[in-house]
Amino acid sequence: MSTPPDARTEILRRVRAAQPAAPVDVPRDYAADDGPAGLALVDLLVDRLEDYKATVRRCAAADLPAILAASLTDVPSVALPPGVPAAWLSLYGGEIARDSGDGLTVADLDAPGVAVVTGCAVAVAQTGTLILDAGPDQGRRLLTLVPDHHVCVVRVDQIVERLPAALRRLADPTRPLTMISGPSATSDIELNRVEGVHGPRRLDVVIVA
Amino acid sequence: MRIALFVTCVNDLMFPDTGKAVVTVLERLGHQVEFPLDQTCCGQMHANSGYRAEALPLVANFVQTFSAYDAIVAPSASCVAMVRESYPRLAPSDDLTVVAARTFELSEFLVDQLGVIDVGARFPHRVTYHPTCHGLRMLRLGDRPRQLLAAVEGLTLSPLSGAEECCGFGGTFALKNPGVSGAMLADKCAAVCDTGAEYLAAADNSCLTHIGGGLSRSSAPVTPIHYAQILAAR
Amino acid sequence: MTGTGNVVTPLPFPTAARRELGDQQLRHNLRKATHTIRDKRLRVVGEVSDWEQLRVAGAAIKDDVLARLPDLLEQFEAAATAAGATVHWARDAGEACAVVAGLVRATGTAEVVKVKSMATQEIGLNEALEAVGIQAVETDLAELIVQLADDTPSHILVPAIHYNRSQIRDIFASRMLGVDASSLTDDPPALAEAARRHLRSRFLSTKVGISGANFAIASSGTLAVVESEGNGRMCLTLPETLISVVGIEKLLPSFADLEVFLQLLPRSSTGERMNPYTSLWTGVTPGDGPQTVHIVLVDNGRTDTLADEVGRQALRCIRCSACLNVCPVYERVGGHAYGSVYPGPIGAILSPQMSGEGANRTLPYASTLCGACFDACPVRIDIPQVLVHLRQRGVDDSRGRPSAERTAMRTMSYVMRDRRRYAAALRTARRGAAPLRLVAGRRGALRRVPWPLSAWTSVRDAPLPPKQTFREWWTREHSS
Repeated sequence: MSTPPDARTEILRRVRAAQPAAPVDVPRDYAADDGPAGLALVDLLVDRLEDYKATVRRCAAADLPAILAASLTDVPSVALPPGVPAAWLSLYGGEIARDSGDGLTVADLDAPGVAVVTGCAVAVAQTGTLILDAGPDQGRRLLTLVPDHHVCVVRVDQIVERLPAALRRLADPTRPLTMISGPSATSDIELNRVEGVHGPRRLDVVIVA
Repeated sequence: MRIALFVTCVNDLMFPDTGKAVVTVLERLGHQVEFPLDQTCCGQMHANSGYRAEALPLVANFVQTFSAYDAIVAPSASCVAMVRESYPRLAPSDDLTVVAARTFELSEFLVDQLGVIDVGARFPHRVTYHPTCHGLRMLRLGDRPRQLLAAVEGLTLSPLSGAEECCGFGGTFALKNPGVSGAMLADKCAAVCDTGAEYLAAADNSCLTHIGGGLSRSSAPVTPIHYAQILAAR
Repeated sequence: MTGTGNVVTPLPFPTAARRELGDQQLRHNLRKATHTIRDKRLRVVGEVSDWEQLRVAGAAIKDDVLARLPDLLEQFEAAATAAGATVHWARDAGEACAVVAGLVRATGTAEVVKVKSMATQEIGLNEALEAVGIQAVETDLAELIVQLADDTPSHILVPAIHYNRSQIRDIFASRMLGVDASSLTDDPPALAEAARRHLRSRFLSTKVGISGANFAIASSGTLAVVESEGNGRMCLTLPETLISVVGIEKLLPSFADLEVFLQLLPRSSTGERMNPYTSLWTGVTPGDGPQTVHIVLVDNGRTDTLADEVGRQALRCIRCSACLNVCPVYERVGGHAYGSVYPGPIGAILSPQMSGEGANRTLPYASTLCGACFDACPVRIDIPQVLVHLRQRGVDDSRGRPSAERTAMRTMSYVMRDRRRYAAALRTARRGAAPLRLVAGRRGALRRVPWPLSAWTSVRDAPLPPKQTFREWWTREHSS
């Protein structure tokens, strides 16, 4: 008596037995490159972010510390990924907890009133999407997940129009990626969108020229 | 141009006036129409119910009957969709390709082939139009029947809410799933009645039989009519 | 392997549909929800100028995956393993559940948090875990509602679509531990807040997370989960161990292919330009997220489906549920009538192919072939074509057994393939109807006819043929 084949062998055998022979050409004539650039793109991103209930502010690079301080007036404590420049929060008066060394715990981040300030890897104007790739100014995934308030800083040169261009900009797609389009939401009750479930319920975006 | 009328089996037995109307309209536009008597049924009910073997002789009969014509015109979106969309999957052949490409639903033939919108009809009534599923999503008739109706003298076209939704007929579906079919029918009838129209027009008498049966059951004051018969009226 | 688990319906569709049709509240809820989502989908799809090109590309990428599936599966396994994940294989539902249960038991925990996943629904994982003393907590709002109500999902995307807000409020008030029933309203934000409080401590303390995956990237071993609420991120990020159950057809060749599917999926499913959160992870990332990562690749009827040349296109499905939302049949009966975790048009072609036994054979007839599903499908699955194909397979399989329907079809085919027989039959039908005109009266229609056509006259009148067929008229007109 022979031993029955293991699952892997049997599934692969069955797939080989069933597989269609002909290779398939994939037509890729959908839009991949970016259309408008510059201000129109920023306007589109702002429109899409606001449509999904994010709060958006725009400023010059020199004004970023003031804008962030104004966004965080009611926030007692800010969590920061290791690579966010200290200068960003130079005008912020509350406590700053940097996620370095042993790192912040879930309990630290879940404490009431904690906000997190990060950068992003790339932003997609057409869909109002911020992509985080765990880069130094974005940090570990739980930093932007557990606090109830996420402030994300986007440089104008990080904005692209469409998703294809955005994915091509990512340095290493095997790093943990999080795509964020507005605050946490659900459509589970009568298929109407309601903001605010488990992820951060408040998403502020600062677009820096 | 030799034009053949493919009347379809449902119209042959149940709705001869629809066939007559196609003849009237085409003759009014100066065309001669032939009716090859060898025609029977396109085989749609067989094929869609899974009886491919039973449909094949009907496919062969259709191709043979109509291969000599330059245009085959039918007052049924559903049967034309069968010929153009399903025949090539059932029994592909060179003869079929030629015949299928020459088979038109009436509004396609009038608008695209003859370039006519105003067929010189008069019908002083309020009409609503139900775009049947196979006309809408298989033949992509789009606005053609509505354009033709809008050009009819005296006719008022009332929009039908949820027009693109199926009436629940679906051939043997109405018999195999009578409950669901009836629920869909009830919603369609309510939408038709809401238009306040005197007539409900469509490109398929099978769907009209279904909706008409529902309207008749509730004694609704709306008369189902194939749009060809409106185009023939004056 | 022939599929097992929750893809086999216990009741024939017409029987189950009759039960659901009687529920007026259900009909009302479904109508409201499906019409809301239809309008949203049309709006956001209308914004995309290259939608058709994306659909064509999406269909072709999936066909390419199916054509190269053995190589891509091995590539995926190698890449995921190299990135620190452990890959397991399961032939059917039972084997998949056993693998997952074994992995959970090895961690010593008795509770797991789950991200909404069709694959785990399909294999009946929650029930299997419960049988070995492990509690699976559903964290997606709709799944939580269904779990609390001790019900089963009725929709792929929105499993609680059959409940309205006040019913959901009542379920939470009576079943959710620790909720203040007296102050809970049916305001959707209040219900979402209740779910947040209910699940928060579990997210922060549970050691094992279980997910499915929307996409699996063959070249890198990456998995992707598309979600809205952040419960997915919680389950994928905070536990020490993550177990993902993935159907073998979920593969995409490369990361770049996501540029097509992440455009198609959100607009087709929730009718949003982009869903709030999409997470992608590749094996284990030191210091970030679960440090023990398992992936269970499941067949469960997929290779059977792949073997059918026409039917295999069902494996392109990305579980968006657009076809459910536009289906007039689904809108009337809801998901439970289909008996499988995959309801609606896609379920009517997927469930019978994955497990073609018994009552599943009635599913391909649960459609009018109206074609709305094909138009809505982001990967261009020609659902009506596959429905007809499966009907044909059913008819072919039962040749040799007596059937009134087949006798009728054969007879009609015999009559209709010959002009003389056909003309004679029309004449007979017309003459036979003549006495019925007396019964029909002024309306010219019948209120009741004998079986099998009695199903017709249950809610609609039947017309009678007029006194002359078209060919009789034509022959008379052209005889001179």
